[in-house]
Amino acid sequence: MVNTLPALVIIVPLLAALMVAAAGFIDKRACFPVAVAALSVSFLGAAALLVQVVNTGLAIEYRFAGWAAPMGIVYVIDHLSALVLVVITAVSLVNLVSSKQTIHREFADKEGAFISLYVLFTAGLIGMTATGDAFNLYVLLEIASLSGYALIGLGKARAPLATLNYLFLGTIGATFYLLGVGYLYIATGSLNMADLAAILPGMKDSGIVLFAFIIMLSGLFVKMALFPVHGWLPGAYSQSSSAAAGLIAPLTTKVTVYIMVRICLNLFSVDYTFHQLNVSDFLVWVAIATIVFGSLSALAQTDYKKMLTYIIIAEVGYMVGGFFLGNRMGMSGAILHIVNDAVMTLCLFMAAGIFLWKTGSEERGDLKGLFGSMPFTMAGFVLAGLSIIGVPPTCGFFSKWYLVSGGIAAGQYAFVAALLFSSLVNAVLFFRLFEISYFEPFIDHHHGSDDGGGHGGAGAVIQEAPMAMLVPFLFVSIMLLVLGIYSGRIVTNIIHFAIPAGVI
Amino acid sequence: MDFLTVLISRANYWAYIILMMVGLYAMIAKNNLVKKIVGMSIFQTAVILFYVSIGAKQGATIPILRHGPVPEGGGIAHAALRHGTDAVQAVNYINPLPHVLMLTAIVVGVATLGVALALAIKVYKEYGTLEENEINQRLRRG
Repeated sequence: MVNTLPALVIIVPLLAALMVAAAGFIDKRACFPVAVAALSVSFLGAAALLVQVVNTGLAIEYRFAGWAAPMGIVYVIDHLSALVLVVITAVSLVNLVSSKQTIHREFADKEGAFISLYVLFTAGLIGMTATGDAFNLYVLLEIASLSGYALIGLGKARAPLATLNYLFLGTIGATFYLLGVGYLYIATGSLNMADLAAILPGMKDSGIVLFAFIIMLSGLFVKMALFPVHGWLPGAYSQSSSAAAGLIAPLTTKVTVYIMVRICLNLFSVDYTFHQLNVSDFLVWVAIATIVFGSLSALAQTDYKKMLTYIIIAEVGYMVGGFFLGNRMGMSGAILHIVNDAVMTLCLFMAAGIFLWKTGSEERGDLKGLFGSMPFTMAGFVLAGLSIIGVPPTCGFFSKWYLVSGGIAAGQYAFVAALLFSSLVNAVLFFRLFEISYFEPFIDHHHGSDDGGGHGGAGAVIQEAPMAMLVPFLFVSIMLLVLGIYSGRIVTNIIHFAIPAGVI
Repeated sequence: MDFLTVLISRANYWAYIILMMVGLYAMIAKNNLVKKIVGMSIFQTAVILFYVSIGAKQGATIPILRHGPVPEGGGIAHAALRHGTDAVQAVNYINPLPHVLMLTAIVVGVATLGVALALAIKVYKEYGTLEENEINQRLRRG
């Protein structure tokens, strides 16, 4: 029997996006359940695929319309893509469940459109991860990007301008990728990744292939906001609404890093990327610059959502640097960090969403006294902060451990220093937030009916976030611990098989 | 190969690179948001032209198999069809795949343009102008 799960994982959300858009015109209350159901199906499918791949140890291939590989489009689920699929669908589902009220409040009349775009964006990312065809990847990349632009553009007053800048740079990135695919096609006459991987080793001295490699990677670097081309990210993400930020911030950069890993390892082969070309040292230095720049810029922010966006940039540096260390430790760290960072970023942006819901502001100073009024939320926030800093047993520690070990093994001490520096900066950033929210008295922003509870600090009345937001948030923050505890298993059972055997 | 031969034999590449640079220049250097959007469109079109040009072959015809009488004239491909056997010779047809790929890319380009223009309308409603320096001034003033 043909295993149809790889197709269902993307087709269900793709069709659901259309259904949600239609439902928006008929009955707005139907939009949310349809979207949650579709994403749940997608998540269960992805989880089942991961279990199958881990149990059998073989990649699952799905041929669309039954056409075999070099001619038809195939979806290939191996260890790496199954892992990333689970992360994408889980993050998207949890964030949607938790932002029901925010979406309802912020997009009263556009609820259908917003949720439809939300599901479409997720479908695009799922397709990018699952596809085994280089051109199909471009199309899905653009589906995800375009719905991402629209989601961010629906944010605050300054969002359209920030999104337009993002759109210009995003289009440059995607078009560069497309150009690279064109050159690969000229050189090989194929678009299928497995087929390309078989042909390319025979022509590794070709200038066309070299140009394709450079231009594809440059396009992806723009998309993932690596240091010199990061300019679009802070503006776009900090101007977006909470629900959109909680979806796009954890996933876009991580999935782009996954694509980079996929292209370097499986398309151009380890031999070409690390031995034929002498670029890995240079790219590690670019990553170091990204980490240092991201951390220093984060220090300068007083708006905590903007601070988080610079932390994302620094984390992109972690992953790119770790990958281009070129050894098994560094790559394991980079891939593990794709998972961990997606969950950590989700947790931090969900916290930002709750703070915005509660205080109506994104200024650091307005977090005053929140420990008193929202003890559970702050407990989760502390976990997320500790994880970003890299304190065991949260998951952030373990990926950083692999990255640092990889850096030492490769002799890249500057990268190790940059990682430690960034951890210290994160410690400063988060303990400053903890201090403000723990020691300074609460200011009630919801003037009116209630009796001024919380003004005294000591006599703070507990005013937690709504259960629908709090429960998913606490779930995610506990996942940070769970992922940390099981990270050894993730590495030995999944990531170990995702890295080609040639890498030591 | 001297410079002139390179220039002429690879004219399609030169054309797409020039168009691409024109688009990139407009996206980076122009002050007006709509001009930037036009630049983006040119930029994308350049890559579409690049793809279309690599499918072309000298003397080849469109990739539709002919049965029955072949019309007079029409270059090498038709001549081969008139004198040859029924077997399909790949050399007589242009490569349709890049063209088909570009159908999708054109759709993507149109969608991107639509989103960009919608955003530009929102920007205009917010600030009353599409000139970037004026918007920045307004933002700085508060």
